[in-house]
Amino acid sequence: MDKKLLNSNKLPFCAGCGHHLIAQNTQKALENLNIDPLDVILVSDIGCHGIIDKFSNSHTVHGLHGRSVALAAGISLGLKNKGKKVIVFIGDGGATIGMQHILEAARLDIDLTVIIHNNMLYGMTGGQASGFTPKGFITTTTPSESKTRNYDICQIALAAKASFVARVVAKPDFSNVIEEALKNEGFSLIETLELCPSYALKMNKGMKLQTILDNIGEKEFVVKNENYRWDFYTNSTDDLLEKIKKIEKKYESKIDKTLCVQLSGSAGEGVQTAGEAFSYGGIVAGLSVNQRGSYPVTVGVGFSTSEVILSPEDDCTYNVNSPDIIIITSVDGLTVNIEKLKTFKGKLYLDSSLETPQTEAEIKRYDFRKFGPKNSSVFSLFYLLKENDIYPIQSFIEGLELANLKDKVEVEKFKTELGI
Amino acid sequence: MKNSKKIFVNGSLLIVESLARSGADVFVGYPITPSNYLYLYSTKRLPLTFHAPDEITTLQWMCGLSASGKLPVTATSFPGFALMIESINMAYMMELPMVIVLAQRLGPSTGTATCGASGDLLLIKGMISGGYPVPTFAISDFKDCWELPQEAVKTALTLRTPVIVLTSKEITMTNRSFDIETLKDIKKIERKFYNSEETYIPYKPEENFVPQFLPLYSNKHQVRLTASTHDQKGILQHSTKEALENTARLQKKIVSNLKDFTFYEYIEDGNQNLIVTFDVSSNISKEAIRELRKENKKVSLLVAKTVVPVPEVYYEIISKYKKVYVVEENLNGQLCEILFGNKTPNNVIKINSIGKMISIDKIKEEVRKNG
Repeated sequence: MDKKLLNSNKLPFCAGCGHHLIAQNTQKALENLNIDPLDVILVSDIGCHGIIDKFSNSHTVHGLHGRSVALAAGISLGLKNKGKKVIVFIGDGGATIGMQHILEAARLDIDLTVIIHNNMLYGMTGGQASGFTPKGFITTTTPSESKTRNYDICQIALAAKASFVARVVAKPDFSNVIEEALKNEGFSLIETLELCPSYALKMNKGMKLQTILDNIGEKEFVVKNENYRWDFYTNSTDDLLEKIKKIEKKYESKIDKTLCVQLSGSAGEGVQTAGEAFSYGGIVAGLSVNQRGSYPVTVGVGFSTSEVILSPEDDCTYNVNSPDIIIITSVDGLTVNIEKLKTFKGKLYLDSSLETPQTEAEIKRYDFRKFGPKNSSVFSLFYLLKENDIYPIQSFIEGLELANLKDKVEVEKFKTELGI
Repeated sequence: MKNSKKIFVNGSLLIVESLARSGADVFVGYPITPSNYLYLYSTKRLPLTFHAPDEITTLQWMCGLSASGKLPVTATSFPGFALMIESINMAYMMELPMVIVLAQRLGPSTGTATCGASGDLLLIKGMISGGYPVPTFAISDFKDCWELPQEAVKTALTLRTPVIVLTSKEITMTNRSFDIETLKDIKKIERKFYNSEETYIPYKPEENFVPQFLPLYSNKHQVRLTASTHDQKGILQHSTKEALENTARLQKKIVSNLKDFTFYEYIEDGNQNLIVTFDVSSNISKEAIRELRKENKKVSLLVAKTVVPVPEVYYEIISKYKKVYVVEENLNGQLCEILFGNKTPNNVIKINSIGKMISIDKIKEEVRKNG
C-alpha cells in the first residue's frame, strides 16, 4: 500500500479552501513521524471536511454530525495499546453540536488528535452562522453582520484539561503543530482557522484571518500540558450466581392459592428488607415468591411499600388484582394508600397510632412501633404470621437470617410480646 | 412443589450474567431508572466498564468500541433511548454489533421512572429512518432473562447489527424466586473476523447477506465504516445502484435470517381463544389462563419474544383461533398495531392498561364475555 495518507493530489474541496491545507499537513506530519496509514484511523463527520475519507489510505470512519469525537474516543478506548493513531476531522458546526464530547475526551485525556476545520460558518449547508462565527462576520444568515461573539474552543478545551491545545491559521506548512499533537499520547486539539471561499470570502471581501483574530483578541498558540493517566475500570468477572444464596425448602406452607401481602411504611424503617426477609421465608417454606418495591424517586424520604406475592405454583404471578392483606406501620404508609383502601376488601393491619381510614376492609390494630421504627416492619410481619397460617414462624426467622436482618431486630422480644 | 435449589434475585442480575457468559465484554453506562441494576451488576461482571456523560456519548463510544472488535452493551430507558436513536441508526448503517437493553417505564416523556410499561415497541419498530427492522427480543419472564440476552449477543454478532433487548421495570427491579437448576448452560459465542489475503471489502455480503467483520486494528487491510449511503467499499455515494443495493441489503439480511432468531412460546388449548402477549403481561396472562381453566374455559397462549421483525409463524398461529386477545401494558395496543395495522379485525380484542399491570380479572372478564 501507498505509504502516504492521501491517495490523490486532487482533493474534493473548493479552490482556495483551507481543508486542502489541513489534509496535506496531516499527511506530512504522519510522513515525518513515519506512521503507516494503516496505523491511523481517520474519523470524520458531516461537513465538507468529511468527504476526505474517500481520499485516505488509512482506516476511515465517517459518522454523524458532531459525534466524531465521541466515536473516535470509543475507538481509541477500544484500541488502547495497539499502537494506533486516531485522528478526528471535524468542522466548527460539528464541534458546536459535539462540544460535550470534546470536553469529555479532554477531561479523560483520551488519546486522540482532533483537528477542527473552523471556517466560522456552516459551509456545506449554505454559509449560515455558527457558534464559532465571530462578531462582525457576515454570513448568509447574518447578512448585515454577526452581532454575537464566538466560542473560544481552545480555552474551553484547556478548561476541560486537554493535554495539548493549539490554534493555527491555515497556512502552507503547519505540519510541525500536527506532529506535536500526534506525539502527545493524550487528547490533542488543534483549531485551524480558515475562510470559506464560497461564502466567507465572497461576503467579507478582503477579510484576513489575522485581522479577525486581532479583532476578537485571540492569537495563534501551542500549549502542552501534563498528561492525565488513569486505569480502565476492569472488573472481577466473577460469576454473579456464585455469590447468590441458594435456598432449599425446609418447611411446609399452608396456603393453597396465591396470596399477596402488601407492607407499607416509611422510608428508612426497613420496609424493603423486611419484605425481602418475608420473601425468603416463603421460599424456605417451599413457595414461589415475587417481591416488588414501590417508593418515591427520592428513596430516603416518604413512603415505602413492599408487595410480596406468594404462590404454591412453580411460577408465581407478577401481579394480582388486589392484595389480600395490607399492613400499614406509619403515617406515610397510610397516606399513600388512602385511595386504594376505600375499595379494599381484604384484611388491614394498622398501627394503633393511625387514624381509621375509609375502607371496606376488616381492620385489626396493633402497636407495631412498640419496639421502635426500625423494628416496626419486621414486627408487623411476626404479627401477620401469628394471625394467619401462611408459613411457619421458624421459616420467617430463617428468612431474616438470609436477608442479614436477624441480628438487627429484636426477634426474642417479638416472640415474647406475641406469645409465640 | 419439588425440592429444588432456589435463588431470589431480580431479572437484571440474570440478564447481565447471561450477557457476560455469552461474550459481551464491555458495558458503557449512563444511569436511568429502571435500568440501574443492569449498570450496577455489569460493573461487577463484564470485563470493562466505561462511564459515559450522556446517552449520545454512550452509543457513540459503543460504536467505537464495537468497531475495535469489542461487543459492547448498554442499558437504558426511554428518555435515554430517545437520545441514542440517531446513533443506533449509525450503528445499523455501519453494521456494528452491540446489545442495547431497554427497560421500559411509563411515558410519555420522563413519565414515571418507577412505574412499569410496555410502551416502546412501536418506537423501536419505526426507529430506523426508512423503516428497517432492528432485531428486538422482548423478555417475558425470568427464563427469558437468562436465554434471550444470549440470543441477542449471538444475533448481533452473526448479523453484524445492533440488537435491542426489551424489558421493563417489573423484570429489572422485581425480585423473584427462581430454580437455579433450570438455567441452561451458556457458552461464549466465539467471533470470527475476516482472515484472508484478499483485499477486504467491508460491505461485501456473504451468502446470508452479512458482510464479514474486521476490527479497525488490522495492519493488513483497510477498514472503512460509514453512516452515510455507501458502496461495498464503504465509500460515500449519492444513490448509485450499488449503494442503494447495499442499503436495501440491511433489511434483507435481517428478514432473510429471521428464522435463526425467532423465539416465542405457544401453549395450545382448544381453538376458540388465543391470548397474544409480550413482556410482563405474559406472566399475568398465564395466571389468568390458569384460573380460567378452573372454570373449564380453554385458552391458548402465544408469547411473542421476537417482536421485531414479526415472524410469519405468529400469523399462522393466530389464524387458527376464533377469538384473539392481545394483552399488553400500554394505552392502545402496540403489538396489536404491529400485527394487524390500525384497524383491528372484528375477532381481535385489545386488553390494555397504563400505570399498572393488567389485572388478571380484566383478562378473565374479556375471555368470559367474548369466548
